[in-house]
Amino acid sequence: MAGKPKLYYFDGRGKMESIRWLLAAAGVEFEEEFLETREQYEKLLQGGSLLFQQVPMVEIDGMKMVQTRAILSYIAAKYNLYGKDLKERALIDMYVGGTDDLMGFILIFPFLSAEDKEKQHAVIVQKATSRYFPAYEKVLKDHGQDFLVGNSFSWADIHLLEAILMVEEKKSDVLLGFPHSIPTIKKFLEPGSQRKPVPDDKYVETVRRVLHMYHDKKAN
Amino acid sequence: MAGKPKLYYFDGRGKMESIRWLLAAAGVEFEEEFLETREQYEKLLQGGSLLFQQVPMVEIDGMKMVQTRAILSYIAAKYNLYGKDLKERALIDMYVGGTDDLMGFILIFPFLSAEDKEKQHAVIVQKATSRYFPAYEKVLKDHGQDFLVGNSFSWADIHLLEAILMVEEKKSDVLLGFPQLQVPYTNNTLMAGNVINDISKSVVCR
Repeated sequence: MAGKPKLYYFDGRGKMESIRWLLAAAGVEFEEEFLETREQYEKLLQGGSLLFQQVPMVEIDGMKMVQTRAILSYIAAKYNLYGKDLKERALIDMYVGGTDDLMGFILIFPFLSAEDKEKQHAVIVQKATSRYFPAYEKVLKDHGQDFLVGNSFSWADIHLLEAILMVEEKKSDVLLGFPHSIPTIKKFLEPGSQRKPVPDDKYVETVRRVLHMYHDKKAN
Repeated sequence: MAGKPKLYYFDGRGKMESIRWLLAAAGVEFEEEFLETREQYEKLLQGGSLLFQQVPMVEIDGMKMVQTRAILSYIAAKYNLYGKDLKERALIDMYVGGTDDLMGFILIFPFLSAEDKEKQHAVIVQKATSRYFPAYEKVLKDHGQDFLVGNSFSWADIHLLEAILMVEEKKSDVLLGFPQLQVPYTNNTLMAGNVINDISKSVVCR
């Protein structure tokens, strides 16, 4: 249908998942094209669709956007999830930067060697519990409001929720309950939504095949 | 002086350098506190100044801001270097994302082993010449304007200029084959960005 954003990525979480979360939370329907073969990727490249030869790429409002942070900022601003002024936007950007860093440790996890996976698991839990979660805990405690910024639901809350759930998948008792009560988020958490599952071997194989990325990533 | 942003970082480029460039380009005077000792860092930590225990940290407009991208976005917006509407901001964010990724390869360079430095040098040149510079070359060529976005000097131009200079330090002739990125683009950006005045001479020479 004309008008729906279209997401180009692998059939899995990776860097696109935050975009899926944000669109879902904003109540925006979207389409997806999943990269399965090297040929699909090369076709996108040759078509000039990928500014820096990379995915995620999102067709939205006549643009072929790349760079995850740029895409997320655009969607957040468009759907009023970016605070009400420059200072609230600054806070949201700070908080999102933190959750982005935390999720970055988890993102590379499937691509690590077995030995590095063990080390990285410990790093993820340690960073979450000693650096990131305490920061957000303090923000919420200090102002006593329901949401991180401006007493109003924003991109920062969605991003944090996504990070919490991802860390909980690594260590189930790592923490708490947060905005699961927002209807669009509830919907995204239900079966049948476009939320992607924990990456498995098939996902890793697909990424390696499409991007010709056959080396192991290094652990942080 | 009350009101000047204050930068907390090591006495060197790292992640703070892009912030120095942007403030200088906006004509904003700033102060710096350089971390030399572990004790200074621990004092900042205990004082609760570092939201995620990390620097860069910038005191600006009553906030203790962390997260480089957040700081840069705030400064760009405040000083009208972020385009005139949402779509121009989207373009600037995309372009800055690319130059950020490119500079990321250079940022870690000093911390690599001698052997890895050799490999990384090749990676930097390869990424610059086959991925990033061609993209910006095409943007400028396609619209034929002096600046990347909206025919108007923006954060994207400053960030690209910084990246170009950093890559040139690795390979001085790296701009051969990218006529759009040479003079006059670099000159236009330097001129538009106040970067040839007294405050920023020190930035350019860093």
